[in-house]
Amino acid sequence: MSDDPVLFGLYVPPHPHPLLAPDQNKGWGELRAAYDECRRRIEESEADIIIVYSTTWPSIVGHQFQVQPEPEWVHVDDDFHFLGSMPYKFKMDVEFGNAYRDAAESRGLHARTVAYHGFPIDTGSVVALSLLNPDNRIPACIVSSNMYSNRSETIVLGKAARDALKAQGKKAVIVAVSSLSNRMFTKHVDPVDDRIHSAKDEDWNQKILEFFEDGRLEDLSQLSRDIHGQIRVQKVVAYKPAWWMAATMGQHNNYDGEVMAYAALHGSGGAVIQLTPSEGSFGDKEFDEDDVETYRGDRNVLDANAGDMQAPGGVDGPLDEAERPADDEWRNPVEVIDDLYDEYGSSVISHATGALGAAAGAAIAGPVGGVAASIVAKKTVGKMMSKDGAIIAEDAPSAVGAYPHARRMGNMLFISGVGPRSPVDNTIPGGPIEDEDGNPLDYDIEAQTEACIENIRIILQACEADLSNIVDVTTFLVDMKRDFSGYNKVYAKHFEEIQATRTTLAIQALPTPIAVEMKVIAKAP
Amino acid sequence: MTKGEIVLGCLAPHPPHLVYAENPDENEPISEGGWEALRWGYARLARKLKTIDYDALVILTPHWQTYIGTHFLGVDAFKSLSVDPIFPNLFRYHYDLKVDVELSEKMCEIAGESGIITKMMRNPDFRVDYGTITSCHLLNPEWDKPVVTVSSNRNRHYYSVEVMNEQAQALGRACRKAIEESGKRVVLIASHSLSHRHFTTEAPLPEDMSREHIYNHSQYVWDMKVIDLMRNGKMQEFIDLMPEFTEQTMAETEGGGLTWMMAAMGMPEYPAEIYGYQSVIGTGNVVACWDPNDVTREMVL
Repeated sequence: MSDDPVLFGLYVPPHPHPLLAPDQNKGWGELRAAYDECRRRIEESEADIIIVYSTTWPSIVGHQFQVQPEPEWVHVDDDFHFLGSMPYKFKMDVEFGNAYRDAAESRGLHARTVAYHGFPIDTGSVVALSLLNPDNRIPACIVSSNMYSNRSETIVLGKAARDALKAQGKKAVIVAVSSLSNRMFTKHVDPVDDRIHSAKDEDWNQKILEFFEDGRLEDLSQLSRDIHGQIRVQKVVAYKPAWWMAATMGQHNNYDGEVMAYAALHGSGGAVIQLTPSEGSFGDKEFDEDDVETYRGDRNVLDANAGDMQAPGGVDGPLDEAERPADDEWRNPVEVIDDLYDEYGSSVISHATGALGAAAGAAIAGPVGGVAASIVAKKTVGKMMSKDGAIIAEDAPSAVGAYPHARRMGNMLFISGVGPRSPVDNTIPGGPIEDEDGNPLDYDIEAQTEACIENIRIILQACEADLSNIVDVTTFLVDMKRDFSGYNKVYAKHFEEIQATRTTLAIQALPTPIAVEMKVIAKAP
Repeated sequence: MTKGEIVLGCLAPHPPHLVYAENPDENEPISEGGWEALRWGYARLARKLKTIDYDALVILTPHWQTYIGTHFLGVDAFKSLSVDPIFPNLFRYHYDLKVDVELSEKMCEIAGESGIITKMMRNPDFRVDYGTITSCHLLNPEWDKPVVTVSSNRNRHYYSVEVMNEQAQALGRACRKAIEESGKRVVLIASHSLSHRHFTTEAPLPEDMSREHIYNHSQYVWDMKVIDLMRNGKMQEFIDLMPEFTEQTMAETEGGGLTWMMAAMGMPEYPAEIYGYQSVIGTGNVVACWDPNDVTREMVL
């Protein structure tokens, strides 16, 4: 038996017509028949759980997971209320829902469970679970589709589902509830006259169905933005179900695809599709967008100053409760800075590290602490140590963590790792290596290396030293194959005559979208 | 029959936080307060409403979203539980309301005659949206007046904000005609915020006001600009600006509420009464009303 935690995946439409009015239109009836066949296949499978991702459950505050054990209500659709009511009573796998949330949080997502009587389960989830699992033979999990999430967040959400399944040793049937083209008619139409809204929508739907039939789910996932731009109403950020489905099923193209039914639903494209993991291979993926394991986007905008935390040392997600200082410990950063300066300003030369690390860190933990530390540092600008201690360079990029730019120990200077960030405006000379969604960008490694070395020079200058004092260099590159040559060329320009020892390492990532960071040891003047 | 009239128009935002903060008996969660600038403003407007003789509240809410035309509530009464899908931790409200079906049918009929796609909502199991519940609770917590909810036609998503602005004005003019023919005295409610970019995380204590602020300065500047237009009776200018404002601030005006109400009221050239402005989870919210009666109209803020 395969060790894949997903037995098969289904793509089904959210509209209530197959549930409430299958007899009113031939296509609606075919969709209903396909739904019924899927129900039979689920019953015959060894599935422990059905996981539903519905595009008609939009969330805003992260992703939500339904963990009410037996949600019960009578649902009515906002538009198609005239087709009838949808009474339901479902059975949720609460243990799995909690595990899925935990897995999502572990991958950097903002996530929470909902367990409230009367919580409005969306039309798509109600239709899918009512038709696929009417007797609640298998417990379910429903996850929301975050309105603002984009590719990386949705991919990670899918991977988190696999994490939770593997951790619990469960086998799942996963269900993506979504239309293909989703443009509906804006007027009432007789059911027998229903058709796909336009020839363009029909063409794109056929392309998507062809991908599904070929089992090319990962390729389809990487076409999501094109699909969204062509045949999706622009009310949300992106067409997400293929991202989630592909990530949950393992991100490949090896499936037996079966389009069981396809029909218009008030103009939109509805299809019931099954994808079953197979041994065969369609071949290499046609597209090759970067993969993402952990969401690192901006989801901490409510935290003070977090919107500015795009520099090294900034945080990439909300603080865990354990990391978050108690509310009475949160203070206005400016007040803290002033307090610290008043207390340590004159003696910061010998106590800077302690002041920044202990006082600022304890007073305002996390990113705010980092900012405070760096601003305190700026207020003590240029204070050179005449003896061992921390050194802050006024004109260098701010150290956003609780660390100094340099530290003197005896006759040696130890410089913190320095990236290419501009001390003037925090921009990255040569450009960032990726955009906010993690999509790779073209960048100039030579410009980044130049900026890096210039920042080192600035810091050494604050120590009354210069590049010629450097005795050892450690360089970190995120893409050795691509960047070594350009980096090496610039390095040689500055260090050929200095002849410092050097180590160059390839690493997976740096805290911000930069390609190079350098750390040096120098002889104090 | 006496000609009906619109006796007041209210811009009444519906963040569930406001009901949560107030701790009414109908709402399950308990809070320590919060968002007082808006709640106190709402309370003052509710007091004004008590002094006005009216028959029904007609509300257009962006949380009853329809794509196939505009729908109108068509069942005499609704009694159920409203749970906010985004903030279920804050809003689980037990409501019991009456609907002025006669007025609702009249508006549906007149709007239909003017070429607008319409539908009466006759399903008794329908759950009234939380925008209606929140705004109506804050304006009339006694629930002693019947309500008509008008859905927000979102087929502008297929087109543009400009199309929304035109459609909502046509609907407003039709509703005004229907109200006049009904012989009733009606209070209109546009249930929405202004700027609507909001935080995507929530403070551990939702009502922690030390964590509340407008999402960004640009939103604030836009909000102040349009509030200034309201204060100076320049609603035609605001409605003309509406597409740009809506797109720049992701404003909830995209649902058409304020445009609909202003069109129904004939684009007031008199000052709005401003009762309060405050952010809620980063969105910009103003409580305001337009009083056509220059005797009772006052300068509040």
